[in-house]
Amino acid sequence: MKKLSYDVVILGGGAAGMGAIKGVLSQNASVLLIEREPSTGGVLNQCIHNGFGLQVFKKELTGPEYHEMYLETVEPFDAMYETTVLDVNFENSVLKAINAAGIYEIKYGALVLTTGARERPFEALRIPGSRPSGIFTAGLAQHFVNLENHLPGRRAVIIGSGDIGLIMARRLTLEGVEVEGVYEIMPYQGGLTRNVVQCLKDFNIPLHLSTSVVKIHGRERLEGVTVANFSDGNPVSGTERFVKCDTLVASVGLIPENDLVDKNIETSNDGGAVVDELMRTSVDNVFAAGNNVCIHDLVDFVTIEGETAGKNAARVAKGQKIPKREGFFKKGKGIRVLSVHYTTATVPFKMYVRVEHPMNMAMLKMNDTKLKVVLNAKPSEMIEIMLDPTKYNLKGEIVISATEVKK
Amino acid sequence: MNEKVVEMTCVVCPIGCDLKVTLDENGKFLSVTGNKCPKGAIYAKEEVTDPKRILPTSVKVIGGELPLVSVRTEKPIPKRLIFDAMKVIKSIHVNAPVKRGQVIIRNILNTKVNVIATRTVKENRKSP
Amino acid sequence: MKIAVIGTGIVGSLIAREFTKYKVEVEMFEKLPDVGWGVTKANSGILHAGYDDEPHTLRAKYCARGNEMYTTLSKELDFKIKRVGSLVVAFNDKEVKTIEELLERGRKNGVKDLKILSKIEALEVEPNLSREIIAALYSPNAGVIAPWEVAQAAVENALDNGAKLHLSTEVESILEENGKYRLNTSNGIFSFDVVVNAAGLWADELAESAGVKVTPLHPRRGQYILLDRSDLVKTVLFPTPSKAGKGTLVIPTVHDTTLLGPTSEDLTPSEKNSTETTVEGLSEVIKKAQKLVPMVNLSKAIRTFAGLRPENDIKDFVIKREKNMIHIVATRSPGLTAAPALAKDVVEDLAEKLNLRTNGEFRPKRKAIPRIADMNERDKEKLINQDPSYGRIVCRCNKVTEGEIVEAIRRGARTLDGIKFRTTAMFGRCQGSFCTVKIMNIMRRELGNDFEDIVKNLPKSNIVDGVVR
Ligand SMILES: Cc1cc2nc3c(=O)[nH]c(=O)nc-3n(C[C@H](O)[C@H](O)[C@H](O)COP(=O)(O)OP(=O)(O)OC[C@H]3O[C@@H](n4cnc5c(N)ncnc54)[C@H](O)[C@@H]3O)c2cc1C
Ligand SMILES: Cc1cc2nc3c(=O)[nH]c(=O)nc-3n(C[C@H](O)[C@H](O)[C@H](O)COP(=O)(O)OP(=O)(O)OC[C@H]3O[C@@H](n4cnc5c(N)ncnc54)[C@H](O)[C@@H]3O)c2cc1C
Ligand code: SF4
Repeated sequence: MKKLSYDVVILGGGAAGMGAIKGVLSQNASVLLIEREPSTGGVLNQCIHNGFGLQVFKKELTGPEYHEMYLETVEPFDAMYETTVLDVNFENSVLKAINAAGIYEIKYGALVLTTGARERPFEALRIPGSRPSGIFTAGLAQHFVNLENHLPGRRAVIIGSGDIGLIMARRLTLEGVEVEGVYEIMPYQGGLTRNVVQCLKDFNIPLHLSTSVVKIHGRERLEGVTVANFSDGNPVSGTERFVKCDTLVASVGLIPENDLVDKNIETSNDGGAVVDELMRTSVDNVFAAGNNVCIHDLVDFVTIEGETAGKNAARVAKGQKIPKREGFFKKGKGIRVLSVHYTTATVPFKMYVRVEHPMNMAMLKMNDTKLKVVLNAKPSEMIEIMLDPTKYNLKGEIVISATEVKK
Repeated sequence: MNEKVVEMTCVVCPIGCDLKVTLDENGKFLSVTGNKCPKGAIYAKEEVTDPKRILPTSVKVIGGELPLVSVRTEKPIPKRLIFDAMKVIKSIHVNAPVKRGQVIIRNILNTKVNVIATRTVKENRKSP
Repeated sequence: MKIAVIGTGIVGSLIAREFTKYKVEVEMFEKLPDVGWGVTKANSGILHAGYDDEPHTLRAKYCARGNEMYTTLSKELDFKIKRVGSLVVAFNDKEVKTIEELLERGRKNGVKDLKILSKIEALEVEPNLSREIIAALYSPNAGVIAPWEVAQAAVENALDNGAKLHLSTEVESILEENGKYRLNTSNGIFSFDVVVNAAGLWADELAESAGVKVTPLHPRRGQYILLDRSDLVKTVLFPTPSKAGKGTLVIPTVHDTTLLGPTSEDLTPSEKNSTETTVEGLSEVIKKAQKLVPMVNLSKAIRTFAGLRPENDIKDFVIKREKNMIHIVATRSPGLTAAPALAKDVVEDLAEKLNLRTNGEFRPKRKAIPRIADMNERDKEKLINQDPSYGRIVCRCNKVTEGEIVEAIRRGARTLDGIKFRTTAMFGRCQGSFCTVKIMNIMRRELGNDFEDIVKNLPKSNIVDGVVR
């Protein structure tokens, strides 16, 4: 077994991990990246569409451009690619990793978790029927088309209106695959409005809200699906119709990837690592950033989170004291997702929330204090809230809520 | 007067502002509200006259470590030309290595817009 | 002496291997593209203790003995058994009576170590069990296996001992001709001295084609929901059985996942491919599983599936011999458990009658595909040193390495399911959304396939269709 030791070890080299490397290097600490794939970039590599980088680069870039351009701003660093972490011993701050050269035992002063998210597979929806080929998660379809040069099929139905599903509707249409429609079980879209406009409306692809797949047909390859209208999460009988297709693309949610660590660090009920605004988890020398904390719409915020995590991890690794947690946030009425969960109440920071359901005018409150009004708030669009400890009392339990208000 | 207000979502950036665009009786652009930045105003005006989009897709690579290189139009091109542009893009290939930003197609369909590579593709040392 | 074994389920594969202990030529016929993909692929995977079966049935004759034989078999063929034990739980006095009867019956069938537990004792064994139970029948001998793994192992071992395998070859009919048997197959005509029909759901039709009358089969469907890895339950949990069968169970699998099911739905004889799941079936599974274990959490569901039991009206296995032809029909539950004992009896009986000579060169042992995830650090390092591809993790959920996938291909996997059911790659919570592409690239490299030619399982189950550029 080979033994290594670093100030900071970073697990996962996507946008958050690259940000973390930069953060660590800014503090003159030693850093090692461990990445399962042969290169950095994570999901950016397959997101060849535009829509990245407006905050960090003030330009609209594609995923691969964002990846390469950001990487060019990072000083050289040590990395182990095609390497998987097998387990982490939090008590002794060592982890075990495996790659084609053998097994490694790596000691860290601080650890940064930037493992991203994985897709909820279609199979988890428990939709009845047969189990043929031709069913893909949107990310897998995206990988086939953008990186492997292969089409998933000829006539596709998309289930779920998350961003990856919308992006794939356009991508497949451009490549000559007929996209019959996008079916969304909720009465509202799952992705950004911008993607509904430029991925569906531009190409006359119908978006069927309150509708979903209730049965799969076909023994070898997919032959079609039965769809039905839904009301309160249940299919409305009599509305079933058969849709012929050989491909089903499921965009039914991303789940923060914390499998390796969720027995040891606190996670929220949506699976994200619970952190404070320094991006520190419930274990003092373990930090987290990116989609494994909460699913982000914008890569720029992921990068910024990563940089914060890296910087503070380096400080801890070098023995600097960082402040204690003073306040903690709870989801109140109307809030589906919230991050960060704790604050040291020492520096101004950004909190992200998603509302529970669409609101024309949402009033966001912290306990009884009004924070801001958001027009047209949707669960698909993350809302930023700036919190400044010199302006607000950020100690103790703080409930964040969103309620619909009239003009 | 017969002014008309159309609602649309700005797609220039992921913020996706909800715009209200006022048109005169002939459908000509008069004004816009709801945009958080000036780009939104330009977008609104264009959207009611000749909508434009950035086209992201990919081009075949010969002798590369990947079979495709991702590309995009450097600037938005008229929406009505998207499928024609795809035809041109599908018909060509490039040889590895490809550098990010490299012009793959100059002035596509006389739009004065270039198609550029959005990533680096190295040569495949293994392939013959 | 040439012997044909039709079907490579648990029954056919163990019979074929048993025959290689004698000096004979054995050929296996399987209509599907891989071994063990029939009934053996989709069932509860339980080695039943044997208290369920009425005395004097073939089920009773073979179940407890088969269960015992699995211990040696698993050492020879190197597959995993977990002796997790089982609890049949009673919710009322009437059910307590029934489990007392089961205890009695079990003793008659030669089942060892059965005992009735009080509520408190049962909850000690299984803390997540419903608090509503009042007693339970405990058997430490019940176990769980991955049934297809046993079929693969037995076939590999049979091949190693000189047998032949014809995949994607359907036997359409059997004809007796001058003391020999002619098999008409989808891949030509073959002639044999002895034929064993172990065709699972189709064994009745095949017997019919040979002019042998057997009680006809109909499928009885069982639907399942598979939950992600957890320590929800430690033992197999049964409700008290009723006329409809053993009921819907909560099963800890060999892979540390939890299986809920099965249902019990009688289909018509023409529905032998109807392995679809249904809304009603899945909701029944949920309801009944939650009665046993109220904590069952469906957000942990990984997938659903269904299997078909080959059922007849007499509710028992049928072993019918006509000269040198043997038909094994109605391999319903507990067919899996019974298979080793049944295979041994069938082959030994025939060997005696035909005076077969034993094969002194028979090698009983087969080695499983090495699994990095199950090794200690030292063995991991050693293996990676020999072959670095065992250090490259491909399936992140189940930590399956490239080396394991290549080895599965060497052993005959030609489809994604072939790899899945040999290595457990694509078996975990992401259901292949990360590793499918990697596995296809390995298949392309090892087999020289195009992506378009790679299928999930059956010939038309292609994954991709055409290129982008
Ligand atoms: C399809 C899609 C479209 C998007 N579109 C936009 C857009 O238009 N504009 C925008 O700004 N943002 C967009 N985003 C959001 C943004 O790009 C992502 O949120 C961001 O890139 C996520 O970065 P990350 O580092 O958290 O995760 P990832 O990119 O997923 O990186 C995680 C990395 O960790 C590695 N890893 C995980 N576990 C381990 C382990 N155990 N050991 C070693 N390595 C490990 C993975 O291989 C991966 O490289 C999009 C996201 C998706 C999925
Ligand atoms: C829902 C369910 C739950 C069960 N649970 C348990 C349990 O927990 N414990 C237990 O002991 N038992 C259980 N069983 C029973 C057990 O699974 C079966 O008894 C056993 O798998 C049957 O094996 P087999 O070899 O007879 O059939 P199969 O596995 O079906 O094998 C027959 C093979 O023959 C092939 N074939 C068919 N026709 C032809 C042809 N004409 N030419 C060539 N090949 C052909 C088929 O493709 C198939 O591969 C369960 C069964 C089901 C369905
Ligand atoms: S108006 Fe400006 S800020 Fe708003 S979406 Fe358009 S480009 Fe973005």
